[in-house]
Amino acid sequence: MLTCKDFLRELNEFLDPSSTDPSARQELEKHVNECPNCWVVVDTTKKTLKVFKGMQASEVPTRVKDRLMAALERKMAARKPGGCGETHASE
Amino acid sequence: MPEPPSFDEAPLVLRAKAGDDTAFADLVKHYERRIFRLAKNITQNDEDAEDVLQESFMKSYENLDRFQGNSKFYTWLVRIAVNEALMKLRKRKSDKSVSLDEQLDTGEDTLVREIAVWDDDPEQKYSQDELRSILDNAVSSLEPIYSTVFQLRDVEEMSTEETAEALGISVPAVKSRLLRARLQLREKLTRFFQRKGDDVLAYL
Ligand SMILES: [Zn+2]
Repeated sequence: MLTCKDFLRELNEFLDPSSTDPSARQELEKHVNECPNCWVVVDTTKKTLKVFKGMQASEVPTRVKDRLMAALERKMAARKPGGCGETHASE
Repeated sequence: MPEPPSFDEAPLVLRAKAGDDTAFADLVKHYERRIFRLAKNITQNDEDAEDVLQESFMKSYENLDRFQGNSKFYTWLVRIAVNEALMKLRKRKSDKSVSLDEQLDTGEDTLVREIAVWDDDPEQKYSQDELRSILDNAVSSLEPIYSTVFQLRDVEEMSTEETAEALGISVPAVKSRLLRARLQLREKLTRFFQRKGDDVLAYL
């Protein structure tokens, strides 16, 4: 008999059907159908994944982006033949 | 707001490696948000995250010659950003050794303290802005060893192997951290998403 703790340890496998072998899966299915608590954990974990999936990261603040591009442009300019700044002698 | 799924970094990477700086700038624009999010997750400090963002792209530009293309550019970039972020952390907490490797992964308890049924489409109770701040706060309240794995695996949908490579940790560590991250987030979101009127049951 699978305990709730056993079930939770296998939760990721349960949520990813491709990764479980059929007999292990059958036992997990049996537990979740008979245990209302684990059923809720499965359902709410699925919903957790759904709200997060593909969530785009917030925009980087303009000030930070500008600083980044300015620093990169300086570096790029230094690399170009005839560009100001460092030479490649040391590389 | 999912990413457009069609983005293919390979042509841009090839052009950038051949010296096309516009292509490199396009890669920066495509990945800067994600690198910034990752840096914030690890450093938990905006100022450090800004430095990490900048250093990561500078380093990847400088070392582009050495990028072999055995893995994705993004995986390589994440690896650089993780190292930069850890260096920041080490500077801040000079007495502590800081890493994302296994020894920080403590406990094997399953982290389910309470359960409650959620609404069917719980996110619809909130505006886009409210939802984003609920989700951002939940992730940033996790320890970096969990939030990093969760962002890469479940939000950005990288594979287990790519995540392990990007973070410099083992595949089993990715799996166990992902489980703990998911369960912790589930727990944190319950307060916002549970169905009104239902009891919260003690569990286990
Ligand atoms: Zn159970």
